[in-house]
Amino acid sequence: MTAQTVPQDVVAAAPVARRDRHIGALLPAIVIAGLAVLPIAIVVAIALTGSGEDWPHLVRNVLPGATATTLALLAMVAAGTATIGVACAWLVIAYDFPLRRLLAWALVLPLAVPPYLAAYAFGEFFLFTGPIQTALRALFGFQSARDYWFPDIRSTTGTAIVLSSVLFPYVYLTVRVVFLMQGRNIADVARTLGAAPARVFFRILLPVARPAIIAGCALVLMETLNDIGAAEYLGADTLTIAVFTTWLNRGSLEGAAQISTVMLFLVLALLYAERVARRNQRFHGARATHMKARPPRVQLRGARKWFATMAVLFPVLSGFGIPTYVFCGYAARRLDQLADPALQQAFVTSVFTAGCTALVTVAIALVLVNATRLSRTVAVGAVARLAASGYALPGTVLALGLLFALTRLDNAVDAFARTHLGVSTGLLLSGTAAAVIIACSVRFLALAEGAIRSGLEKLPPHLDEAARSLGHTPAASARKVLFPLLKPALATAAVLVFVDTMKELSATILLRPFGFSTLATHVYENASRGVVEDGAVAALLIILTALVPVVLLSRALMRDADATM
Amino acid sequence: MTHAIDRFRRAGIAAFSLTFLAGPALAEGEVNIYSYRQPDLIEPLLDAFTEQTGIATNVLFLNKGLEEKIEAEGVNSPADLIFTVDIGRLSNAKAKGITQPVSEEAINANIPEQFRDPDGHWFGLTTRGRVVYASKERVGQDTITYEELADPKWKGKICIRSGQHAYNLALFASMIAHHGEDYTKTWLTGLKNNLARKPDGNDRAQAKAIYAGECDLGIGNTYYVGLMQTNEKEPEQKDWAESIKVLFPNAEDRGTHVNISGMALAKHAPNKDNAVKLMEFLASPQGQEIYAEQVFEYPIGPDTEPSDIVKGFGDIKPDSLPLDEIANNRKTASELVDTTGFQDGPAS
Repeated sequence: MTAQTVPQDVVAAAPVARRDRHIGALLPAIVIAGLAVLPIAIVVAIALTGSGEDWPHLVRNVLPGATATTLALLAMVAAGTATIGVACAWLVIAYDFPLRRLLAWALVLPLAVPPYLAAYAFGEFFLFTGPIQTALRALFGFQSARDYWFPDIRSTTGTAIVLSSVLFPYVYLTVRVVFLMQGRNIADVARTLGAAPARVFFRILLPVARPAIIAGCALVLMETLNDIGAAEYLGADTLTIAVFTTWLNRGSLEGAAQISTVMLFLVLALLYAERVARRNQRFHGARATHMKARPPRVQLRGARKWFATMAVLFPVLSGFGIPTYVFCGYAARRLDQLADPALQQAFVTSVFTAGCTALVTVAIALVLVNATRLSRTVAVGAVARLAASGYALPGTVLALGLLFALTRLDNAVDAFARTHLGVSTGLLLSGTAAAVIIACSVRFLALAEGAIRSGLEKLPPHLDEAARSLGHTPAASARKVLFPLLKPALATAAVLVFVDTMKELSATILLRPFGFSTLATHVYENASRGVVEDGAVAALLIILTALVPVVLLSRALMRDADATM
Repeated sequence: MTHAIDRFRRAGIAAFSLTFLAGPALAEGEVNIYSYRQPDLIEPLLDAFTEQTGIATNVLFLNKGLEEKIEAEGVNSPADLIFTVDIGRLSNAKAKGITQPVSEEAINANIPEQFRDPDGHWFGLTTRGRVVYASKERVGQDTITYEELADPKWKGKICIRSGQHAYNLALFASMIAHHGEDYTKTWLTGLKNNLARKPDGNDRAQAKAIYAGECDLGIGNTYYVGLMQTNEKEPEQKDWAESIKVLFPNAEDRGTHVNISGMALAKHAPNKDNAVKLMEFLASPQGQEIYAEQVFEYPIGPDTEPSDIVKGFGDIKPDSLPLDEIANNRKTASELVDTTGFQDGPAS
């Protein structure tokens, strides 16, 4: 896939016997990818054992509606996140307006808010019984819901609004990098040639950012597909909901696995689209690093500058402000919970688990990306992509696949140890926190893989091989040349995985051992007995803890960007 | 300050050891519980048990895949007891073969036959009625039937949580058991057309919606009313509870639909003796009293009185339909919710 974009001189310098030398890099990659694919393979295997007796009902009464809802949701969320992400990235990069520097990193904040908490907060805020509608009724003297019209947040559109509000940073982050590197140069060239601003934006900038938009949207759409919390709370009957009603209410795990498999195909199509998009990005990326000089930002004046501030502030308020406002209200009455040892322990466990998962996942992703880069066979890349597609499965379904794999392994080891050594090893992996870390690593592999791959693609191709032609071993050239340059990408990958693991609920709750509570499970235990309020302190702790690395990363990336100006 | 740091460090060590030193120590003197019930709700009971017997309890809360987890863990499963809040899950656990029978006179004597498995695989611990919350202000009548909820006179006035929720599925399944599938389908369509909005929220949210004037009738479990009435943390919930009265449907004929919370002994329970002791304790008058007073559910046996707050709702006459029939009709009920488009709410 790389051949056509690699400059000729580099190809000539590449060692001829590459295939043999790369076995060392490929073998671990294949093993890792195989393990990561295992839970997905098990889900598919369960689907294949199904008799298909659920399908008449599913096809007649469930799937048409659920598929339509899911597709509508995906389309709306993609449109929403792309619009917000691109518009904000462009405003922040190309123009100067009040609070720009602050807002540029504040735009990442919604990433720290789990969709299920956002859904609850939006519900509280906009529903009949919430502050907005209550104020409206008081103002106009309405008595009941029948006296006036108000858009219903409990709808597919409402779900799309909530998900777009918290997921747009994925697009913002990827698109901002592209605009930062080249957008303004190209735009200025076009403008000096006489193109109108609107024409420049739609004819030049959007096409340049297209691969980044698609890459960001792919993550957004996978998060949308795996969401259960927001869809359930806001009553959007998606395929994911159908998976759970089929499994839990109609007792058919096979039927549920079959719907999941259909969803997987949807994801693989998404990933393929993303790959095609990224193929073009290589070219832009390779050239872009040469352009260091950047023109100054356009200074906005008068009403327009405040309009820009409002435009960028709005998504921050919506995705971060509303949830934080709602939960702060509850948490203020429960600050004593901070002294609760159980909550403190949940905090430590959360940070610890998220930290471990981030390290493991980044390491795995690095091995995979490196192997994909070195290998010319399609197979490695394909398996890596399949492994990453687990991100789009509902966490519980992926976790079930992993549970079956790990328990089978544990019980086999235990049986062996009992017969041959006379001791019982018990559930070594599935009975410990290791299961949670493995599950989150598999779940969020797509995030780390994407971040590292796009980081690598921004570097001039085969940079490390230049080092090798100067006499370094592959390992040394990777260590001395590649990794230092990849640092920002590795940091981004680690932060994304850390944050998503902080928010992770469904896999954790199924796989955790006794006594293992995270902030997310703490919130959920309260929510499921109808008192989300009692989980408010934990909810805010999730948001705050996820915030720290997000802000640090965002600021570091900004510093890098400003320094090169 | 040092105290806080110390605690922080201890928590860190605990987290570390949990991660690396494997799961629960299978020592003497403990019981491991996999629970659909939230730990907070059963804590008072477990504390009393530990105080009395010295046996420690570990609770793992999970509400999706509990049976699959135990099944997959197989002989090495640490689970001793399964706690659930719905008959459907209990009968599913038995069907999956992850439970074992218990036959203790001390338990059976306290739990009426209607509320336990004939083979001893599961036992009910409390009952809860699925009742109608009615606005004190806007609803004049003091009796009601489930059948009546489909009457067009309630158009635009009823609120309910998701039709696919276990509590509603059990109610719909009982309608199927009494009236058959066709009647229930028509009834569900009628109920759907009477809804004020799409099925949404939890049971408390229905009371809140009545308080706010969004609807006149809500469907919910009895104990939530008690929990709202005594909620000191969110005092506005007292207002919600104050705005509604509890109507026990079908009090004059077959009785009100009740579901159970219950327990089952896991097939490979490593601490079987302790687990059975806990089962005995929970079924005993002492355990039942704690359930009644703190969780506002109905004690399973006739020997323990409900709490005064619950008695304040009025007398319940439970529907005597065997629970197995409810469990057996669950799947059909779930399908009917789909076929009638119940989740879409009223046609607008």
